[in-house]
Parts: sequence; C-alpha cells; structure tokens
Amino acid sequence: MRVPLSWLAELVDLAPGARGPAVAASLVGVGLEEEALHGGDVTGPLVVGRVLTIDEAVQKNGKTIRYCTVDVGEHGQRVTDGIPQEIVCGATNFVVGDLVVVVLPGAVLPGGFAISARKTYGRVSNGMICAEDELGLGEDHSGIIVLTDYLGAERSATLQPGDDAISLLGLDDEVLEVNVTPDRGYCFSMRGIAREYWHSQGSPAGGFRDPGAVGGIPPDTTTGYAVHLTDSAPIDGVPGCDRYVARIVRGVDPTAASPSWMAARLTQAGMRPISLAVDVTNYVMLLVGQPLHAFDLHTLSGSIVVRRATEGERLTTLDDVERSLHVEDLLITDGGREPLAIAGVMGGATSEVTASTTDILIEAAHFDPVTVARSSRRHRLTTEASKRFERGVDPQITAAAAQLAVDLLVEHGGGVADTGSTDVDLTHGRTAYALDPALPARLVGVPYSRERVVAILRDLGCAVQDDGDTVSVTPPSWRPDLVDGPDYAEEVARIDGYERIPSVLPTPTAGRGLTLSQLVRRIVATTLVGRGCTEVLTYPFVTADFGDTLGLPSDDPRRSAIRLANPLSDQAPLLRTSVIDSLVDALRRNVSRGQRDLALFEIGSVTRPVPGTAHTAPVPGVHERPDAATIDSIDAAVPPQPRHLGIVLAGDTERSGWWGKGRPADWADVVDLVRATASSLSLTVTAEPAQQAPWHPGRCARLSLADGTPLGYAGELHPAVLQRLGLPARTCAAEVSLEVLVAARETPAKQAPFSTRPVALTDVALTVPESVAAGEVERTLREAAGAHLEWVTLFDVYRGEQVGAEEKSLAFRMAFRAPDRTLRTDEVSGYRDLAVAAAAARFGAVQR
Amino acid sequence: MSAPNSSYDPVEVAALQPDALAAAIEAATAAFAAAADLEALKAARLAHLDKGAVAAARREIGALPPSAKAEAGKRVGAAMDAVRTAYEAREAHLQEQAAERILVEERVDVTVPTGRRPVGARHPVELTQERLMDIFVAQGWEVAEGPEVESEWMNFDALNLGKDHPARQMQDTFFVDPPDGGLVLRTQTSPIQIRTMLTRTPPIYVVAPGKVFRTDDLDATHTPVFHQIELLAVDKGLTMAHLRGSIDHFVRAMFGDVRTRVRASYFPFTEPSMETDFECFACLGAEAAVRGDCRTCGGSGWIELGGSGMVNRKVFTACGIDPDVYTGFAFGFGIERALQLRNGVGDMRDIVEGDVRFSGQFGMAV
Repeated sequence: MRVPLSWLAELVDLAPGARGPAVAASLVGVGLEEEALHGGDVTGPLVVGRVLTIDEAVQKNGKTIRYCTVDVGEHGQRVTDGIPQEIVCGATNFVVGDLVVVVLPGAVLPGGFAISARKTYGRVSNGMICAEDELGLGEDHSGIIVLTDYLGAERSATLQPGDDAISLLGLDDEVLEVNVTPDRGYCFSMRGIAREYWHSQGSPAGGFRDPGAVGGIPPDTTTGYAVHLTDSAPIDGVPGCDRYVARIVRGVDPTAASPSWMAARLTQAGMRPISLAVDVTNYVMLLVGQPLHAFDLHTLSGSIVVRRATEGERLTTLDDVERSLHVEDLLITDGGREPLAIAGVMGGATSEVTASTTDILIEAAHFDPVTVARSSRRHRLTTEASKRFERGVDPQITAAAAQLAVDLLVEHGGGVADTGSTDVDLTHGRTAYALDPALPARLVGVPYSRERVVAILRDLGCAVQDDGDTVSVTPPSWRPDLVDGPDYAEEVARIDGYERIPSVLPTPTAGRGLTLSQLVRRIVATTLVGRGCTEVLTYPFVTADFGDTLGLPSDDPRRSAIRLANPLSDQAPLLRTSVIDSLVDALRRNVSRGQRDLALFEIGSVTRPVPGTAHTAPVPGVHERPDAATIDSIDAAVPPQPRHLGIVLAGDTERSGWWGKGRPADWADVVDLVRATASSLSLTVTAEPAQQAPWHPGRCARLSLADGTPLGYAGELHPAVLQRLGLPARTCAAEVSLEVLVAARETPAKQAPFSTRPVALTDVALTVPESVAAGEVERTLREAAGAHLEWVTLFDVYRGEQVGAEEKSLAFRMAFRAPDRTLRTDEVSGYRDLAVAAAAARFGAVQR
Repeated sequence: MSAPNSSYDPVEVAALQPDALAAAIEAATAAFAAAADLEALKAARLAHLDKGAVAAARREIGALPPSAKAEAGKRVGAAMDAVRTAYEAREAHLQEQAAERILVEERVDVTVPTGRRPVGARHPVELTQERLMDIFVAQGWEVAEGPEVESEWMNFDALNLGKDHPARQMQDTFFVDPPDGGLVLRTQTSPIQIRTMLTRTPPIYVVAPGKVFRTDDLDATHTPVFHQIELLAVDKGLTMAHLRGSIDHFVRAMFGDVRTRVRASYFPFTEPSMETDFECFACLGAEAAVRGDCRTCGGSGWIELGGSGMVNRKVFTACGIDPDVYTGFAFGFGIERALQLRNGVGDMRDIVEGDVRFSGQFGMAV
C-alpha cells in the first residue's frame, strides 16, 4: 500500500514536523512494515523561471541546443549584477515568455543528482530547465515542463519567477510504501492506515477524521435498481455475497477529466488515471478500501442477479481474456443470464464503462473472502479488488463508499444521482467475545491492567462492556480478524507497544543433548573431512530415466521413486532413491569447472516408497487431535526416508607434486573410507564381492557390519555408467545406510581387555586358486588360529613364476599374544599351523 | 721392555723420566688436535693412548725397585690422565662437530608445498546449522527432526494454513504425484512442531533444523531447496517475553552484542505474532556515512531476522494440547540467510552448487 503523506495528513493529525521516516517509524511500531519511501528527496533551489531569450544553434553532433537566459527572480547567481540566469538547454518545446521549472546550482534532484554550474556546448550553464522525468514526476523526457500546460492557465497565472517549485509541484510530498499483512485487509486503504497512525500516536481525541463517515446516504428504496442475491452453493456455508449497494448517476459528461489532485493521488498510489468514472472508483477504493465497479447502465437489460456460475459458462474479462467459468465462481449477471463480472475479481468487457458512457451504475458489494480468493487463483487474476476482498473488506462501508463515488461523479462529471437507491443487506452484526482481561498479560508477558486492556480495545473501535469478570468485546466491522482471545491480546500488545515486551530467557527442563543420530552424523562427517572428503548438499531431484542411466535391473526396488506433480523441471521429476543419484551431479559440475582430484560426500535422506503402497495421506480436520488410527495412516503414507551416506572419488587421492607422482583413487580407497567411518564409531566392516549396479561387477564390495547387518556398497563405478553420466574413468563411489550405523551404535562401545605381554609375530604365505577371496582366507585364519591371535593382516599378494597360472600367493602376518604370559615359539607355531590347516582344508591352500 | 728388576739394579729407565713423559703428553695432545675427524682420532688414540710412550712407560714401572715404584707410578698415572683428558676433549669436540654437520646436511627447503593428502571440508550450511543447534542444546533444548516428504496435514492444516491459504497453491509448493494424494515436500520446518506435539507431552523445548522446499528457480537470492531452523517451546506460563529472550540470546550468540527490536506481524500458526530485527553487526558503531552504505543491512542499520509468535490455539487444538493450560512460542529462521549474513556469502548459487572451492574456504569452521 502506497501512502502519500499529504493525503494521510488530511485524515489524521501527523505529529508536528513529522516527515516520511518518522511516519514510517510510527507505522512500524503498530506492525505496518516499511517497504520504501518515495519522493521528498529534492532540495532546492528549484524555482519558477520565465524564459527571456533563446539563442538556438545546431551543434556538430547534429543536436539543436538552446542558449537561454531565464528570469529566476531573487535566486539568480548574478541577480546582483542585473544579469539573468544563463542556461543551456537541449529541449525545444518552449518559447520566449514561457514559465518553466529551473533547478539552480546547489540543488539536489531525485536519486541524489547534485546540480552545479558547468560548461556544456561551449558555454557555462548555471542550472537546468527540467523535464518531468528529471524531477521524478513521470517518465516524460520529450521536452521540458511548460507550467501553463502542466498546471493549466488558471493555476499558473499567479506564478512569479523565483517562486518555489518544490511545493508547487508536490515534490515535498513523500509517499510511504508499507507492507500489509494478510490479517489487516483494512489497511489496504487510507482510512485504515490513518487509523493505525492515529493509534501509534495514542489515539488522541479528534485526531482521526474517518472518511467513511459520509452524510447524505439514502436508505434502500423500492425505486432503486433491482438486485437479487442468490447462492445455490455457498462455500463452507458462507454466502458469496451478503451486501450489495447499487447507485445510479445519469448524464455524466464522458469527456470530463478527473481533477488533477485526484489524478495525482492515483499516480502517487501507483495507479494509472484512466477516465473520470474509473478514477473515481479507484480513488474511493484507495480512500476507504471498498472496491467498486462501474457498469454502463445502458448495457444492462434486467435486474442484477448475483449467483454461482454454471458448467460451461464463459466470460471475456476486461483484460480481453475469455475465461471458462467454474461452478464455484461467483458472478454478477444481467437478469440472471449473461455474466457481467466475476464477483470481486474483474468485470466483463460487455458492460464496461466506455468513452461514450453517460449513465453509470455503481456497485459497492461485500463478497466472501474465500470465494474471491479461489476465483482469483483459479483464473490467475490478482486485482486490486480481489486483493482486498480476499483479506476482508468492511461490510459496513459499502453504502458510504457508493455515496462518495456518486458525489464525485456528480461534482466532476456533471451527473445527476437517481433518488432511488438499492442496498441489499444480509450482513449480521458481530457477536460479542467474552475476553479474560488477564489473557493479554498471560500471553505477552507485560502486566497490562484491566483498564488499559479495555481502553485499548475501545480505541480500536471495539464495543466493550465490562461485566466484572470477563469483558464482553464486539469488534468493529472492519476487523474480521478479531475472533479469539489471542487476537485481542496481540492488539493490546501492538497498541501498547511491542517494544515494551521484556527479554526473559525461559528455563527449559534439563535436556539430553544431541540425539545419537545427530552425533553419528557429525562423527562421520568429521572423519571423512579428515580423510580429504568435501561435504556437498545436492538437490534430491533426479531424471525420469535415472534407473537406466545407472543400469539398475528392471526389477530393482531403487527404480520405484516418488514423482513430483509439479517439478521445477520436467527433466528432473523424481526424488532420489540413493544419495549418489544426485551426488554425481556435483562431481560432474566440479570436473567441468576444472577440478580434477575430487572426494565428495553427502549425508542426506533418500525416499524409498514401499512397493504396493499408495502413499496417499488422509487430511483430517483440525478441530481436535486426529485419532490414533488417522495419525498412523498419515505416518504410513509418508514414504520411508532413510538417511544415507554417499561418497564419490575421482582423480588422485594422493596428489602429485615435487615428491613424485600422485596415486589415483581406486576401489580400495572408497572401501577404506567406509571402514574408517565405521571405525570412528567403534564398528568394524567386512567386505565381500558383489555384483550391484551401478558398480563395476568385478570391483564392488558389499559391506556389512561384523554381525552381518548389511551396510551398503562401495567400489569402482561401472564403466558404461560413467560414460552415460559423463564422469571421469575409474570414478569410485559408496552408498551406505546411516541408519544402520546409528542403530549399531545405540549401545555404548565396550572395551575389550588387551595384554601388555610381548607380541609374537609370524608370517605365512599361502598359495590358493585365483578365485579364492583374500578376505575369506583371512577370516578362516582368524577363526582357526585360537584365542591368542591378536590380529592378522594381508601384507603381500604374489602372482608369477613361483605359483601356478591360476594361482596367487597371499602373505599374511599374524600377531599372537597371551593375556598372562609370554608365548613360547613352539606355541605360536602350533597356532599358526592350525590356522594354515584350516585354510588348506577349506581352500586347498598350500603353504609356500 | 726390561726384565723385572730382581737385582735391584738402580738403573734409571729413560722412559720414566719426567721430561720424557712431558714430551709424550705433548706429542699425544698434538696428535689428537691434529685428528680432523673421529676416524683420525681413533688412530691417534691407538698410537698415543692405547699404545705409545706413556703406555710403554707404565710397563717399565714393574722393573723399578719398590722404593722407586710409588713415585714413578704417580708420575705415569698423571701423564696417562693428561693424555686421556686431551683425548676425551677432542673426541667430544669432534662428536659435536659431526652431529652439527649432520643437522646441516639434513636441512630441507621447508617452503616447498606439502599437500600430498589435503583435508576436505564440511558444508558451511551444515556447520551453521550445527552451531545454531548447539546454542539451544546448551540451554537444555533438544533437537527434533522430521521427514522431507511430508503430509499436507502436518505441513499445512495442523498449522492453521487452511485449504485456501496462498502457500498451498502449486506455485509455491512441490506436490507429490498425484497432487491430491496429501503429500508435499515440506515447505517449512514447522511440521516438525506438529510431530513433536503429537508425540511428546509438555514441557516441550525443541529446536528443529532441516531441509525445506519451495518452487523457486535457483538464482542469486533464491533456491528451491534450503534449510531452516525452528524453535518450539510449550510449557505453562510461557509468554512473548520468553520468546524475545530466546531470540535475543540466539542473536547475541550468532552475531555478537547487538540489540533487537520487535514489531507486530502475522503468521497463521502464531497469535500474537512478531517480527524481529537486529542491529547490523557489520556497521554497528561506524560513522553515519559508512552505515548508510553498509551492504549487509542496506543502510538501514537493522537486519530482518524472522517471524515468530505464540503458538496459535488452533495449532494446539489440532495436536491435542489444551490451550487453556499451556502456552508456547515458535520461531523460524533461514540457515542460508545466517550463513550469508555472518560469512559474507553473496550468491546463493555458491551455497547449492557443491563446488569444492566454496566449502574449502571454510574447512570445518564457520
């Protein structure tokens, strides 16, 4: 809402000397946020000048330049010398003797544009003759302002050279733009803003002049234009229209122009002046917040009937769009037949006021906010009217608004108002609310007295009856938002001043700190960062064919993804089912930007709809807590969204440098990152070969916890997948369930005792068939080596002449230690031999 | 060498003469001094300490008559000590020299790059979120989380955002297909409030961080996926003063010792509602001209923080909490915005694109 300060000052007493910033601050205090302050930034001298001489010359660049002298009265720099002001001007739309607007050195124009004397086209110009756009008065730069044209002969007749042009042109008027929250529809009017400003000043008696208090309103007469309000399908039981005032003005001069003050105010408020009839409806709407509609009376054939639309009806609205109407749309119709307007949203083309309209029917009606909101959204049509009706218009301002419009049409259009008047009023008075006067203090934390509460509510326009215990409050007609106790509490706090609310720290019950899940995420992330990985957060949106891109089997559950009804891009309508689905996008982007050695990870949720489940959630009412079954069915409809850890590696994991060549990241690095992660949570991970898309079938490990709980997969990605994704060759990836890690850590990590006796190391090299997995051999050795085995690790793999063609030699180092004594050499050999025997029995391993 | 002197022949042994011993000491000292390194010193030791004139003289003592033995022994012993002392001094000196030489020889150029295994970085949005959580956890609040694909009832209805609320329209909210299936991508962290109130009984003090979604195209100031953090307190006797106290504490913890100001606002899920601004930490205390040009606050000196208020009675009712017994407050804030303000991040795209050069600037600290 744009508020010209000069207009505001007509309706409410401004604090002495208050300019834009002070008024803005006052309005902020009562909850109207300042969006912007326009105008008021011109400082003089900006004066009226009379052109004395014009010396015109065409310049080398082809432009015609005028070297002028101008009488600027007392302000001329050289007035003491009797020399008139010399000004160079590029416009040619004026003649000697014209009154113009002159800005002189030292002045500042809008946008902080400081004026000084400067040399231009060979001569010093002591100022500038101004065009509209230079003063922020409009867009026009076709020529300078000639005041006789701009203000009219009458107003300019009294002007003298040297008169101040700032106030003359309204440049000292500031326009404050405030943000109106959806609960305060009444502030979409000067009436509402003025009232709020009045409250900000303590609501002094007589300080607010309500423009809605209009005299001479005729009562409903039988001779008025016939209006019938019908509604076959009210929304939520609320009729679409409960008040309709129709007034007729005949014989309006269609050529009559809007008065300049009205046009100026509309412009200041951000609306374009169009014609008297339209301008009057807009002006009254800005003044009191009641949207009005003007019909050309001669286009109407029957009575006005308000009704819901029927299937298949169409209407061409004022914006020349033919709209097919919905049965919920409320219509203004001609005799119940042809639609004339979508109620509260926009009129139709057929009944529009035109350049030949002389007889006008003014509509001032009150429409149901929900009906208007739905129509506005359905037709994607937000208008000044719909904006106000949606937020609630005062149902008791209709007649006054119509009267204001009639008076203006009579005064400025020479029309005559019909004596007959229609006012169909189905509105109900507001019911009183029994307010506990202690509630504001209980909610706000400021000890408002009962008297203070009552006084504030009365200032707001509420009818308050104090019956000793509770107070009975009836809100004013323009405040549909005041319904419940907290609504009144907010009003009390707002008018008393939010700044009076103290700052008190609450004392929560003792908390238990972060949840295990949060701790685990922090530990995992910290470990990976220490290992060189960078955390990224990717959008979870993936392409419709991501399953094919990743080479997932046709029956892979990861293919069943949640689809968005309205994705940002049709390219990515699905939600990821694995983190690496979208993590690869970040990898590709980094590669395309010239990064080569990359280790990225993301901890995020994936969405895994349950096959065969509809995932449709009930939407119960809100007047009570839903029953347990309903809550359960909501929870069941929300698809499982487990948290996963995704890792991708490309390029070198150890960088090249002066020390030598780098080492490319390989499958083992990504497996090790998962192991390190688990290890940082005191968990161990086992790996076994797996064939799982999108990994390389020979370089993929299925990872499990020690107890066999599946954790995820890690390894090198499939070359074909990498090619389809446009990723570097040998890119490696892991996808791990974070939930599994969290669940495994739910019990505290337990310490296993360890021995302080000397360790006995022994090495063993085993020749096994190529197909035997080292991890299997290692597990067998561990299982068979007895209780004193402390650890076993593979330290060499040999293939070559000393073993068979399809064989390999695995060299393990085993460490033995007893808890209570130093082991003898023969004991250690015995344990080793047991282990080797087990490996021989199971894999045909031969000790070298 | 002489045979044991059994006839007590008073023969004077030349080698035991003081002059001879003095000469031997001198020769040995000179030889040690001449040894340039420990190898040469070893040879000199052999010649002058292990063998050589003094050692020879000591063997002659046995041939002396008993009456002469004591004196000669004393003389030779002193000579021996002198030679050994000279040797040890030289040895210590040479050892020290050798150690120093090794340190010189082992010198490297420490200015060469060392980044063989660079560390990575956390995402600053996550770090900011954790920092915010920690501020409240430190006061005894607990952390609550919820699903990103959420039911419409939790995301809208229960929060008093009725079917006709503008936020429920397609232009703001991602709907799961089919659009009437009652599922959306949550547009705010507030459904976590509902889930919390349905599962816990007051007193409730939770801080709820998370990812939220709106159908905005990515540009310098918007992203369709972003993060919020939300406070919910439900207890007996809570007022807007406690809300303000919680916000003030949070602002000071994040932005330093700045003041806040509050004004009335409107949100469907709170009544009364409040909007909070805090003093611009970037230009606070600077001259007026500098403040006017401040890019952090746009010259106003105040930064808009976010919306809050007392939990709407309708929200309590939908969750089965008695609004006549309990009051509560809620407050929400954008993590990206905190990051932009505190850490001078200008372009939203840097936050979401996953370029390692972005996170890399922060390491694990915001």
